[in-house]
Amino acid sequence: MMELIVFVISAAIVLGGALGVILFRNPVHAALSLIASFFGVAVLFVSQEAHFLALVQVVVYGGAIVVLFLFVIMLLGVDREEDITEEPFEGQRVSALVSGVLIFAMLMAGIFLSGRTGDDAGDFGPAAISGSSGQVVPLTEEQDVVQLGHDLFTRNILAFEATGLLLTIATVGAVVLVRNRGAEDLVVDEPGTSSR
Amino acid sequence: MIVTESWYLIVSALLFAIGATGLLVRRNPLVMFMCVELMLNAVNISFVAFSTALQDLAGQTAVFFVLVVAAAEVVVGLSIVVAVMRRRPSATVDDLAELKG
Repeated sequence: MMELIVFVISAAIVLGGALGVILFRNPVHAALSLIASFFGVAVLFVSQEAHFLALVQVVVYGGAIVVLFLFVIMLLGVDREEDITEEPFEGQRVSALVSGVLIFAMLMAGIFLSGRTGDDAGDFGPAAISGSSGQVVPLTEEQDVVQLGHDLFTRNILAFEATGLLLTIATVGAVVLVRNRGAEDLVVDEPGTSSR
Repeated sequence: MIVTESWYLIVSALLFAIGATGLLVRRNPLVMFMCVELMLNAVNISFVAFSTALQDLAGQTAVFFVLVVAAAEVVVGLSIVVAVMRRRPSATVDDLAELKG
């Protein structure tokens, strides 16, 4: 019963926050609504025993990514309100809504027609994966952060190092992209030329 | 009532559909990025739901990598937006049809 209450509340926060992102005119409000949605997702993670991922969700998404969004919004001064009633081309709103409904219908069909739901043993159950090729890393009673770390540094070590490289490239790329190429409007405080 | 994995998958599907609709409706590039984040989060929810349902850790590992890639994507995407907005402060994505500065 408790799980149901937690699920309903956090799902409402997730979906309400998501609706806020696409409906608020002011980008700052949209970003704050995005934080609400991310926190709801973190609660959903906790209720599924993925405690470490919930923590990372709050720190990385709620902390880093949304703050980055807010920094860009406020530094660029693009926080003016967007007129979302004006359509760039006729029928965009309607076709976007139709596409969204179709995507949702497609996903629901995938969920409920996959043949794994509706079994007696709840939804999926270990029986559903008995035919897999032995690549399963079973969840044990150990703390999830211990298991995740072990899996990350043994089985997925190559992918882990690749993401490290990816983050380095992203950082360098960001610096290169926002670097001010025209040095004329950049005040360079060179040693020796300073008046002080 | 017991909360089964299908419920999490339904929330995930709804969140993904909302994110996709927002991506199609909004024209501010920053808000479009936020909608992409929503869609990534929807996928994360379903990864964790499958991980719990199948008692398989690989789903949680996948979420970890999705987080890292999302962070990298936001960094590069936002720096592109900053570079564009410096030249055209009021640009919407319609004005960015050609990638000349």
